[in-house]
Amino acid sequence: MVLKVEIEEPRCVAAGHCVTAAPEVFDQRETDGVVVLLDAAPPPGAYAHVREAALLCPAAAILLRERDGSA
Amino acid sequence: MNGVLVVGASAAGLATAQALRARGYRGPVRLVGEEPHPPYDRPPLSKQVLSGAWGTERTVLRAPADLAALGIELLPGRRAVALDTGAREITLADGERLRYDDLVLATGLTPRRLPAFDGPAGVHTLRTLEDARRLRADLRTARRLAVIGAGVLGCEIAATARTLGLEVTLIDPAPLPMADRLGPPVARLLAGLHRDHGITLLTGTKAEAPVTDGGGRITGVLTSQGPVAADALVLAVGSVPATGWLHGSGLTLDDGVLCDARCRAAAHVWAVGDVARWWHEGQGRALRLENRSHATESALAVAGNILGADRPHRPVPYFWTDQHGVRIQVFGDPAAGDRLRVTEGDPATRTFAAVAETAGRPVGVVGWNSPHGVRGARALLTPP
Ligand SMILES: Cc1cc2nc3c(=O)[nH]c(=O)nc-3n(C[C@H](O)[C@H](O)[C@H](O)COP(=O)(O)OP(=O)(O)OC[C@H]3O[C@@H](n4cnc5c(N)ncnc54)[C@H](O)[C@@H]3O)c2cc1C
Repeated sequence: MVLKVEIEEPRCVAAGHCVTAAPEVFDQRETDGVVVLLDAAPPPGAYAHVREAALLCPAAAILLRERDGSA
Repeated sequence: MNGVLVVGASAAGLATAQALRARGYRGPVRLVGEEPHPPYDRPPLSKQVLSGAWGTERTVLRAPADLAALGIELLPGRRAVALDTGAREITLADGERLRYDDLVLATGLTPRRLPAFDGPAGVHTLRTLEDARRLRADLRTARRLAVIGAGVLGCEIAATARTLGLEVTLIDPAPLPMADRLGPPVARLLAGLHRDHGITLLTGTKAEAPVTDGGGRITGVLTSQGPVAADALVLAVGSVPATGWLHGSGLTLDDGVLCDARCRAAAHVWAVGDVARWWHEGQGRALRLENRSHATESALAVAGNILGADRPHRPVPYFWTDQHGVRIQVFGDPAAGDRLRVTEGDPATRTFAAVAETAGRPVGVVGWNSPHGVRGARALLTPP
């Protein structure tokens, strides 16, 4: 299973929950706090945090695509 | 196996269902909602939807196909009318009964109305997509809007209506807008912001009765400071938990569904989101939060506890609001502070963050166009 992260930036409300949940994958822009995706294909060790971040986002701005992945 | 039954198919109910799946729950998950729509988001209703920047389709949180792919069964347009905790079953308005292993109450709030204002055309409340559509339609032809209630919702609606070019009067009996959420110093800045943007802010003012024309349409409102002309009016005077259907169920209803520290209302019955009043161990009191982040945070907590985590729910409260291009972010309870210390920027330049303290202890953080300045807020307000 491979996990890909996508951001729908215009939805982001800069709450910062994603950075708290998965600092290795998300950051916030200095100026307006909008999410910055650090790693669109994070390592499996980060999956639990990334899922937590996607669930916590109060604007549903984080999309996860999971693929059965040998490829 | 009856699985988990969630009543209320909005932010908190949806997040509970998704969190159960994310944590590996394989039993049936059903999401029963009174509204005919797939789950959608409310914060944009008073902002992007009301202004017209977003079509309503952008508010959808999860399309039915995505829910189906997750094995979440959505039952839209179905209203729960009774709960029998002994039989572990709910009854829907159409008479159907649904059994559960665990029940999650996520029915949110309904807007409070003022009886004096019932009746005239052009009087609105805002909670649902239909409410937003009706209000937007009215604002497109109206010239003057009166908003009763200068809480978060009333302030946002007033600000959005201003961007549409309406003359707006914002009326509230309190001396300052949102003072119970922001504390007086920041609420004073907010009052200034509204006035700078041309809003007529009538604080210390009671709305008494509507004025109507011969056709029964609103033309104004009588207030303790005199008449105000308006061809549309919004009541934003708070909301009440949607718990009417739970009377007689044996659950304790006290401004919400009363829960323990794990958001459990009774054996196999849980509550999440705006409708839940639970014991916050960190604060040593029962709390009910009406904000979008808590919908998801409580949902994650309850999903975990249904699966046996047995963990108390002790979040740092957080909400944001957008008004006149300013984003205000609030952590904890700044209104409980007796001193405000600016930690970044400067209120005079309208970009700042500040910590509210009581006896030198931080109780809240406010950011004013300062997402950077509030970044450490959660850690600061989490007791060790
Ligand atoms: C216009 C608006 C703007 C907002 N802006 C912000 C913001 O900027 N920032 C912020 O933090 N928060 C904001 N909020 C608050 C946020 O939207 C709520 O906290 C959140 O929607 C709560 O989610 P919930 O699922 O608990 O309840 P709700 O969203 O109220 O959903 C409850 C659902 O349960 C259904 N239901 C009720 N009774 C029954 C029944 N008997 N049977 C079946 N279904 C039932 C209802 O139809 C509804 O769909 C805003 C709210 C509104 C209305």
